[in-house]
Amino acid sequence: MARIHLEQLRHSYLASPAADADWALKKVNMQWEDGGAYALLGPSGCGKTTLLSIVSGLIRPTAGRVLFGDVDITDSPPDQRNIAQVFQFPVVYDTMSVFDNLAFPLRNRGVAETQVAARVHEIAALLDLGPMLTQRAAGLTADGKQKISLGRGLVRADVNVIMLDEPLTVIDPHLKWRLRSKLKELHQRIRMTMVYVTHDQNEAMTFADQVVVMHEGMVVQTGTPVELFERPRHTFVGHFIGSPGMNVLPCDVEGGVARFAGSPVPTANTADGAKRGARTEIGVRPEFVRFADSGIPVRVTQVSDAGRNRIVETRHGDTVIRALLDEHAPVPADIAHVGFDPQFTRLYVDGWLAGEGDAA
Amino acid sequence: MTRFKWLVPALYILFLMLPIYWLLSMSFKTTNEILGGFTLWPQKFTFENYRKIFTDPTWYMGYVNSLTYVVINTALSVAVALPAAYAFSRYRFLGDKHLFFWLLTNRMAPAAVFALPFFQLYSAIGLFDTHIAVALAHCLFNVPLAVWILEGFMSGVPRELDELAFIDGYPFWKFFLKIFIPAIAAGVGVAAFFCFMFSWVELLLAKTLTAVEAKPIAATMTRTASTSGYELGLLAAAGALTMVPGAFVIYFVRNYIAKGFALGRV
Amino acid sequence: MSAKPVNHRAWWLVLPVVLLVAFNAVIPLMTVVNYSVQETFGDNKFFFEGLTWFNQVVHSSRFHDSLLRQLLFTAIILAIEVPLGVAIALAMPRKGVWLSVCLVLMSMPLLIPWNVVGAMWNIFALPEIGLLGWSLNNLGIVYNYTQEPFAAWATLIAMDVWHWTSLVALLAYAGLSAIPDAYYQAAKIDGASAWSVFRYVQLPKMKHVLTIAVLLRFMDSFNIYTEPVVLTGGGPGNSTTLLSIDLVKIALGQFDLGPAAAMSLIYFLIILLLSWVFYRVMTRGEEE
Repeated sequence: MARIHLEQLRHSYLASPAADADWALKKVNMQWEDGGAYALLGPSGCGKTTLLSIVSGLIRPTAGRVLFGDVDITDSPPDQRNIAQVFQFPVVYDTMSVFDNLAFPLRNRGVAETQVAARVHEIAALLDLGPMLTQRAAGLTADGKQKISLGRGLVRADVNVIMLDEPLTVIDPHLKWRLRSKLKELHQRIRMTMVYVTHDQNEAMTFADQVVVMHEGMVVQTGTPVELFERPRHTFVGHFIGSPGMNVLPCDVEGGVARFAGSPVPTANTADGAKRGARTEIGVRPEFVRFADSGIPVRVTQVSDAGRNRIVETRHGDTVIRALLDEHAPVPADIAHVGFDPQFTRLYVDGWLAGEGDAA
Repeated sequence: MTRFKWLVPALYILFLMLPIYWLLSMSFKTTNEILGGFTLWPQKFTFENYRKIFTDPTWYMGYVNSLTYVVINTALSVAVALPAAYAFSRYRFLGDKHLFFWLLTNRMAPAAVFALPFFQLYSAIGLFDTHIAVALAHCLFNVPLAVWILEGFMSGVPRELDELAFIDGYPFWKFFLKIFIPAIAAGVGVAAFFCFMFSWVELLLAKTLTAVEAKPIAATMTRTASTSGYELGLLAAAGALTMVPGAFVIYFVRNYIAKGFALGRV
Repeated sequence: MSAKPVNHRAWWLVLPVVLLVAFNAVIPLMTVVNYSVQETFGDNKFFFEGLTWFNQVVHSSRFHDSLLRQLLFTAIILAIEVPLGVAIALAMPRKGVWLSVCLVLMSMPLLIPWNVVGAMWNIFALPEIGLLGWSLNNLGIVYNYTQEPFAAWATLIAMDVWHWTSLVALLAYAGLSAIPDAYYQAAKIDGASAWSVFRYVQLPKMKHVLTIAVLLRFMDSFNIYTEPVVLTGGGPGNSTTLLSIDLVKIALGQFDLGPAAAMSLIYFLIILLLSWVFYRVMTRGEEE
């Protein structure tokens, strides 16, 4: 077990990358604490699987280093890094029994049979696989097989980190939550560093202590689910997290203050050093949009029922502004005005939170 | 160790090319040179053997005949197999499993068993020594093969496609020809390829059912070997030419070969 | 995918196939059955003979010899072609232009008319003037496949291996290509050796295509006719006379309709039986 450093990692799958778009990972600089539960969250193509493969040693990064503790393991092959990986679909050795599957990594490393048996039984108990140890692995259901995959990682005592690459993809929906709870429970019991890659924000938020949001090969924000929700550092984070996502309104900036629809909009931060020609936007979550007697004039276009809330979609010109209202709150008919809670309204410059910039 | 992995396919391919090279080299030698002793390549390079084949109808008609019945057979096999494969893929019906199995058993039938009965059958209906006879006879094992391959590809097309077309008002045949077949174009290609292959290479039945009019090149070759003594150069040239259609076909489907085999339904 | 609907009108779609195949299969087989239980002395007069021919064939030493030669041949070529084909598939490049080159060159033997295959090897192996024959004799090995049964067998087997191994290799390669990368990655992480990867990942995942390959090679080698006939004519003597060759000799050569027909049926039955046995043995693990 150790702290994991990802130092200035850049990776391209092409031999001679030229443009920005040729890089799958543009710049990643991160530190993962020992025993933490991390989620790598982002849409397809954002680089999360690439990052995972670099950490597990299946890919050698084009630039940068990976360190476990103080040891530079960038050049070490996977079986010498003490990592475990669970893939999107269950990977089991069909011809072997569940017991032999779990014993496989230990036997390959020359561990004595008595120790193997003890360890396998221990892990099988942890994963509720005890009664199935003598069965052929091929006969288990998908979630059972994923547990075997996980078990093969846990069975080795020297594992630094367990990487999970969208492990619930092929699990039946009604079993997903069971496996997810099992993973969380496991983490709390064994306190091993776990990195969970997913594009599903629910999975990420429920599993992880720290969520790492990735977008186009970069880490845009790392933080607890609450931090990500209340204070997105990038418009992508605001948009991706929460349902519905954050409203992003193009605006002008005069003297560091945002202006939209002809009037100033009070925000929690200012954009003093904003360059000329930069793209400036206001970000505010629907939860913090309120109807008022005065403010930004809008036209109400759609009302959707979302259980205990209602999503009201309004338009100002071409800009869409969504508000989240309690189901009993009155909804204005056609023309109305909206205001934003200044504490949760923020200015963004070129996508990044004004005043912080790209400090990845 | 892995550095020498490439040697395995390399040596194997070398092994494959040797007899082919020998055939080609013989085809460019005169019979005198061949019988006179051993030479690694033609000392007196000659096109005489090929010239003879291209100018003598008894020879070149052999190729024409072979190509004719192979093309007829391929077209026929694939044409009848298409609706049948569709039925197996989309529906259950009385005796469907047994029918499918019976079709496959024909693929394993020894041609030798059918040689004499085919001779009698096709003579009895007046089709002896015709291209259509050989084309029909080859259907015995090509049709089951085509059905098997096509069914595999068709099962990969979701039934929603059919249902949508029917809802849109397409009559069955229009749907089949304009929508479904394009969707399994690769499968049709693979099936046609294998039908072509098996019909082109088969000799026993082709020889048994023909005499003069529809005589395949294979029969002409074997006749030459026995009657006119050892005209080895001519024989070699004739053999070399039979490889040409095959080479053409492989070249055109080279991208699909692995994919077609991948369905595992040869 | 939801269950297939029942529709007996589908028979209309299947009818052309049934008619075509039945015409070619049922009618001839009926003639064969007919002949197998009758005797004729010419003049188109037939006399019912019951099981006489079957008895004769089953007890004939000639049939036993052919059958044994056939079984030996099939066993040998399966033992060579299957492992060899798998080994080649494992060593083939995974992608790129070399892969295309490999696939095209390896497919060539499969598209050569069978009589040309026989003729090619006939010329290739001739003792004085063929590349193989001349080379072997010059290396000090006494080799003449036209006169020595052992040399004839060796040449026959070499020819079949040359002809058909590519089929096994291509099928195995297709099966191999279908294995997702994740399995290899997991095996790497588990610290598995190359042999373990082969035994626990590759071989099990190739089971389906290998079953097809073995079945096909078994059936086709059991039925083989043209190539050995053109290569050796069944000789020297009858040392390479396999089942099909013997049958054709009796049927088309001697026109012994009765015995030929009986032998045909027994032959067909043997193939069906052995194929079924093979199939059951190889798929026994697949019932899940």
